[in-house]
Amino acid sequence: MNPELLARYLPRMLEGLLVTMELVVISVALGALLALPIALARLSSSWFWRSLSFGYVYFFRGTPLLAQTYLVYYGSGQFRHFFEAIGLWGLFREAFFCCVLTFTLNTAAYQAEILRGAIRAISQGQREAALSLGLRQHQVLIRVILPQALILALRPLGNEIILMVKSSAIAAIVTVFDLMGATRLAYARSFDISFYFWAAAFYLIIVEALRRLWDRLERRMTRHLALSAHRA
Amino acid sequence: MDEVLGLFSFGAGGWGDELASGALLTVELAVATIPFGLVVGMLVALARRSDSKPLRILANIFATVFRGLPELLTIFIVYYGGQLLLQQVVGLVSDARVEVSAFLAGVVALGCVFSAYASEVFLGAFRGIQSGQYDAANALGLRRFPTIYCVIFPQFVRLALPGVANLWLNLLKDTALVSVIALNDLMRQTYVAVGATKQPFTFYLAACLIYLAMSIVSSFGITAIERWSERGTRYMR
Repeated sequence: MNPELLARYLPRMLEGLLVTMELVVISVALGALLALPIALARLSSSWFWRSLSFGYVYFFRGTPLLAQTYLVYYGSGQFRHFFEAIGLWGLFREAFFCCVLTFTLNTAAYQAEILRGAIRAISQGQREAALSLGLRQHQVLIRVILPQALILALRPLGNEIILMVKSSAIAAIVTVFDLMGATRLAYARSFDISFYFWAAAFYLIIVEALRRLWDRLERRMTRHLALSAHRA
Repeated sequence: MDEVLGLFSFGAGGWGDELASGALLTVELAVATIPFGLVVGMLVALARRSDSKPLRILANIFATVFRGLPELLTIFIVYYGGQLLLQQVVGLVSDARVEVSAFLAGVVALGCVFSAYASEVFLGAFRGIQSGQYDAANALGLRRFPTIYCVIFPQFVRLALPGVANLWLNLLKDTALVSVIALNDLMRQTYVAVGATKQPFTFYLAACLIYLAMSIVSSFGITAIERWSERGTRYMR
């Protein structure tokens, strides 16, 4: 590999790495905020909220993220006058914003399903016990159900973050200079395939680091359960 | 409303036939990837269970790499890297220019990703079959092939099916990424239609709905196959 080329493009790829991380952190965090109400709507006793949230989750999990990104980034152009009228057109012209918006909506659907599964896995007795102790509905949810459900959800949520890191490469297709975008630029200018291998190494390092970090986090969060798990 | 329907009509004025041909190519790509992905996935799973340490390490690296890389990056590496590699091989004998077929590159790239995940599913399925099953088959005097074919395989299919079904649904969605290396799949045909009609939202929504329809049809097929694979179990729902 030509060291001069590497010196020219490697810094840009590292900047891209930062953009990738920003994309993932913002989308996953905002997605988590959205996921809880969606999961609760999925479990609601009202037919209306149940079908609405089911439709949302089904759409975002059943279609390619690339198609969703195009739908937001290019599709918003069809409603240009509307967005101009409410003063949001500037945002929708930004590829980065469109990616964050799409990724957030997408990961919210996946996280909501994870949360729903975890909440359903908490035995009904926990709820009944809490209610009989005189806790109110929202207290039961916040103080009894969610703390236990979040521990169950920890591992799948970690997987979801890793999937998001990988999917975020799609941002490069709509002109965001994330790690993938910077790599494509370097390749287009130099026709040197080794840039793609550098990018591969970076992605593998992030994914592996995340996996280890998450393992450690899970062990710490579940240390109060270690004894009973051992006994069982 | 009529105007919108006109956009999707088949024939010269509408884009229905273009989208349909794109959807067909998407399905073809996914279906072509399955045999490759399943066979390689099985080989990787067997290698990860083998007694030979180098083989185990190699298979584990394969699975880790292709599960860790973004699918898009895998596609680029296979497409451009494959082109470079072939060009160098061909360059030894002649100076003809090589074009790698985008379809083939897509099958190989998606197949590598599919097989890496499939090996994980297969390992889990193998773990789900108790060693008593092998012992029992042995006690009945079954030879190696009947043991695998009549005892292990039916249980293996039942255990691996839910995981493989999930991988199929993911594969169907991942095919959209191959549009970036100029394959005329559903995503790219939609892109072309948008360029001509300037109706991006309408067309990308239509593309999403077509993908959704494919997932729904697949789900019905998967349920049917799962019921078939569970025909021998006592706990039918």
